[in-house]
Amino acid sequence: MSLYDLFPPEFFKLSVPLSAYLILSAILFTIGVATFLFRRNVITVFMAIELMLNAVNLTFVAFSNHFGKVDGQIFSFFVMVVAAAEAAVGLAIILMVFRTSASLQIDDFDTLKN
Amino acid sequence: MDLVLFLTFALIAVACALNMALQRHPVSSALSLVGVMVSLAVLYVLLGAEFIAAAQLVVYSGAIMVLFIFVIMLLNAGAEKMTKKAGTAHFLGFPLLVILLAFSAWVITNATSAMKPVKFGAFTGGGPREVGWELFTRYLLPFEVTSILILIAIAGAYRLANKEME
Repeated sequence: MSLYDLFPPEFFKLSVPLSAYLILSAILFTIGVATFLFRRNVITVFMAIELMLNAVNLTFVAFSNHFGKVDGQIFSFFVMVVAAAEAAVGLAIILMVFRTSASLQIDDFDTLKN
Repeated sequence: MDLVLFLTFALIAVACALNMALQRHPVSSALSLVGVMVSLAVLYVLLGAEFIAAAQLVVYSGAIMVLFIFVIMLLNAGAEKMTKKAGTAHFLGFPLLVILLAFSAWVITNATSAMKPVKFGAFTGGGPREVGWELFTRYLLPFEVTSILILIAIAGAYRLANKEME
């Protein structure tokens, strides 16, 4: 029983519509926003931001493929570089906040409130 | 074969993303995020972006996730406690997210229905040679600005991590 027995042979010749990539990107972005909103651990919230950046990168690369130009890939390369810089600075900030408040719950970081 | 590979790795990506959202422990979330990034790298190869796929593996699932794991280890982060302080995000968040997803899916299907489908091998301009050529000719100034940004980020991260407690 192989994969080829499960589906008719035409299935393996189908190509993927561009909208499939874009909708996958939208789904990943929405999951990222949901994680950002509902989770209370600051490291997980930070990972949600990385997931959203990844979803946007997929859109850039898909449109780069569609228009046959490499510019979208250059842009997603820049997004990656900015994400790396953001992760370095953000995690350093998390380290510092943890030193002062000894907590990772975002509810506890309210010293600037009011 | 395109559709089979796309469906497989799209499903892995969505499953890993959901797992990231639902896991209580940050280490499990981090590992799920690595799964998302690796399957996205496969999708980049399907879209003809070999260089970006390699950079995704090296920069994202290599460097950035190792940084995350290091911070989780340093802070000894355990499973998170659920609190009731979320407020409006808990009531309004979920319906608004469903509306966001439905609306974006509707716009995408309407706007791209006439566009030609993606075929593996149709676009070959994503190798390191082509990307490097564009990067060092047309996009030279943004590239140099990014290097300054990285330098500032290194200095800032060093300064923040070294700061003594008052």
